[in-house]
Amino acid sequence: MPLSASKLKVGDVHTARLVDDLSRTQIVQYAGASGDYNPLHTDEIFTTKVAGYPSVFAHGMLTMGMTGKMLTDYVGDTRLTKYGVRFTSQVWPGDTLDSTATVTEVADGLAKFDVKTVNQNGVEVLSGYAEARVD
Amino acid sequence: MAAKKFPVEAGHILLFARSIGDENVVYTDEEAAKATEAGGIIAPPTFVQASAQFDPNYGLRPKIGAPWFGSGKNPTGRVASAGGGGGNGGGLHAEQHYEYHRPLRAGDVLTSETKPGRTWEKEGRRSGKLIFSESVTEYRDQKGELVVTARGVGVRTERPVEQPADTKQEA
Repeated sequence: MPLSASKLKVGDVHTARLVDDLSRTQIVQYAGASGDYNPLHTDEIFTTKVAGYPSVFAHGMLTMGMTGKMLTDYVGDTRLTKYGVRFTSQVWPGDTLDSTATVTEVADGLAKFDVKTVNQNGVEVLSGYAEARVD
Repeated sequence: MAAKKFPVEAGHILLFARSIGDENVVYTDEEAAKATEAGGIIAPPTFVQASAQFDPNYGLRPKIGAPWFGSGKNPTGRVASAGGGGGNGGGLHAEQHYEYHRPLRAGDVLTSETKPGRTWEKEGRRSGKLIFSESVTEYRDQKGELVVTARGVGVRTERPVEQPADTKQEA
């Protein structure tokens, strides 16, 4: 359901759990669907022995995609006008992610939000903003 | 990414939506989607990233018959070039921004054009020198109208990003 401007206040917060115990298989699913087959995300041998990371890690765009679900569930389908993020820490298999949208402005039929996703240790993995049309 | 022709298909949207853990009917069920504000199958907000599938020169997809830098017999099938904590994989993704001009729908056929933007350098605490580069991609529909504008920022690191203790998985 779309949001109603009259019911939205600056500071309102919406939160959602994005994933509990992220699996390597979900990362593989994302690689296949998105077409980003970078072995850093799916190939443990390459990633540990050649690239020098402790394990494969999720595509930033997987975290942005999952965070997008939190947003569209909140603002309604077809309502987003802007959505942008910075990837601030890597996301690893086994991570549990929670995401928050906080209303920063409501004016002229548009609502603006701060967006943040954190892991199970409270470390921010994604930070950004969104804008959506509201009724 | 430059896709000459990116057909936005319901089956592809379904697979993409599942991969991000979103089985919203507007992505997965045509009949149910008709009864929503979307009025039919639409694409999730980050779907245009899958235009990589339709970019003939996309470097992160194995090319048939060519050596691939992921593991096979050996940990890598290619000698990695120096520098690049991204592991010779085009670096890491630092930022992504979208502007939506209208909902992207199953049945749309997009073309995209990417233009390079700014580049800049920064000294990183956890990964040595960082080289950032920006690109702007416009996705247009079958009528030539702008549907999504995407701005991405990639980063190449001097060495792999060190992991602070608090982001490592708990034992």
